[in-house]
Amino acid sequence: MSAETKVEVNQLTVSASPHIRCDESIAKIMWTVNLTLAPAALMSVYWFGFHAAVTLAVCIGAAVGTEYLIQKWQGKPVTISDGSAFLTGMLLAMNIPATVPWYMPLLGSFVAISIAKHTMGGLGYNIFNPALIGRAFMLASWPIAMTTWPALAGAVDGVTSATPLGMLKLQGYEKLVATFGDTANLYQSMFLGSRSGSSGETSALILILGGIYLIYRGYINWQVPAFMIGTVGVLTWAFGGHAGLFSGDPLFHMMAGGLILGAFFMATDMVTIPITVKGQIVFAIGAGALTVLIRLLGGYPEGVCYAILLMNSVTPLIDRLIKPEKYGARR
Amino acid sequence: MNNPNQSLWEIFYKGLFEQNPIFRLALSLCPALAVTSTVVNALAMGLSVLFVITANNVVVSLFRHWVNPKVRVPVFITSIATIVTVVQLVLEAYFPELFKALSIYLALIVVFAIILARAEVFAAKNTVVPSFFDGFGMGAGFAGAMVLIGVIRELFGAGTIFGFQVFSDAYNPVLIMILPPGGFILIGVMIAGINLFGEYQEKNRAAKAKAGATPALQGSEA
Repeated sequence: MSAETKVEVNQLTVSASPHIRCDESIAKIMWTVNLTLAPAALMSVYWFGFHAAVTLAVCIGAAVGTEYLIQKWQGKPVTISDGSAFLTGMLLAMNIPATVPWYMPLLGSFVAISIAKHTMGGLGYNIFNPALIGRAFMLASWPIAMTTWPALAGAVDGVTSATPLGMLKLQGYEKLVATFGDTANLYQSMFLGSRSGSSGETSALILILGGIYLIYRGYINWQVPAFMIGTVGVLTWAFGGHAGLFSGDPLFHMMAGGLILGAFFMATDMVTIPITVKGQIVFAIGAGALTVLIRLLGGYPEGVCYAILLMNSVTPLIDRLIKPEKYGARR
Repeated sequence: MNNPNQSLWEIFYKGLFEQNPIFRLALSLCPALAVTSTVVNALAMGLSVLFVITANNVVVSLFRHWVNPKVRVPVFITSIATIVTVVQLVLEAYFPELFKALSIYLALIVVFAIILARAEVFAAKNTVVPSFFDGFGMGAGFAGAMVLIGVIRELFGAGTIFGFQVFSDAYNPVLIMILPPGGFILIGVMIAGINLFGEYQEKNRAAKAKAGATPALQGSEA
């Protein structure tokens, strides 16, 4: 403000931002996200049967219960009705195989809420996405159970099956296509969800519809999913094939694994990604590139979880580099 | 630090809880993470440090009048290194398996902040007997913490204690507990728990004796 500005001091009311209010609230946003995820969760019950429902119930119950107990113990207001713990539980359930023994998601949810969320200070203060920390904890603790994928319901109970990405890693692309018949069949299974994998990551169609609704409501922006999935597509197209550059199958990689779930529902978590849109684009490209790196060169078949967690950890650095412009400031 | 009214018991006892090297001072966390994945390794490491810190305190205390303050740190480190070499040779001769398991961390005892810190803040200023008890208490606190961490990590991470199976085969070990991240998480949770207990004690003490001033204890920085 220049020295010549003449404003009566008593006309200036000093108050903390935000100055423009709307009827959005944490609870409204969280429950909307929950609702958009619910169809995909129901699809997982359809594809994987009773186990998926049990896992889902344990995850959500444990997440909400942990949040309740911790907040009661700390003497803070109990905020389980805002839906954020519910969302963490649901996301965790969708990120793990439906057939894990019940106590694993119980502990995973507990770690997600207690260590990843409340030791950092609760909602809005966590550095990492709690559901992904829960998954990483479970994967490190029980590597066998966490990579034993259920076959689709209708098959004999207890039968396991490799995920498309696992098949790709161990047996190669030709074998993968042969298993599904032809590429058209493969794409169709990937798109509709009739394939093995984590509970919630199977049906690309339903996840994309949910994501588009969230973009329409303005709860997430289109840049993060678009750039993350786009990066994966371009990089796998360029480096994913065996017949030299640009012989990969980007369509398969874009629909495979947890990419769509991660890009729409976890890489867009408001708390753990950069503030500015530019920063979010950097975040999304980084997460996509790390995913491809892990998928093509790493030891694991799928890398969305670790890619997003790694980018979560550099979010403060991105925010330091790319600062929001001050309103009215000139370059 | 040098409080003449402190009894030997108090000098010994403060290392166990009030100034526990790992849980209160957060020193020597590197070995606390690295070698506590089994109880045996944790115990061996704890006892080695217990021996080194006690012996070094005695040596430093004995020679305190002849050491020029300007060269005290090299002198202390030389003393520590000598004692650590003794420990290394003994372990290598009689417990080659343990020696292999502890590997580089044994040699690293030389640069443990807690040992130099006790030499600096206590042994260099006190007579031999209190120095002995100070080192013994600090060492016992360290060893106790190591064993406690080791028991929890081995029990949940492998289902065993000292290599003996505790849980039935149906138990699915939480592998992360014997991996580094599990160690970090566990130590963090334990420090939080002990801080909580400390606060609770503090409250009780304040409620009991409003008049009598409690001697302020400061943690050493290193």
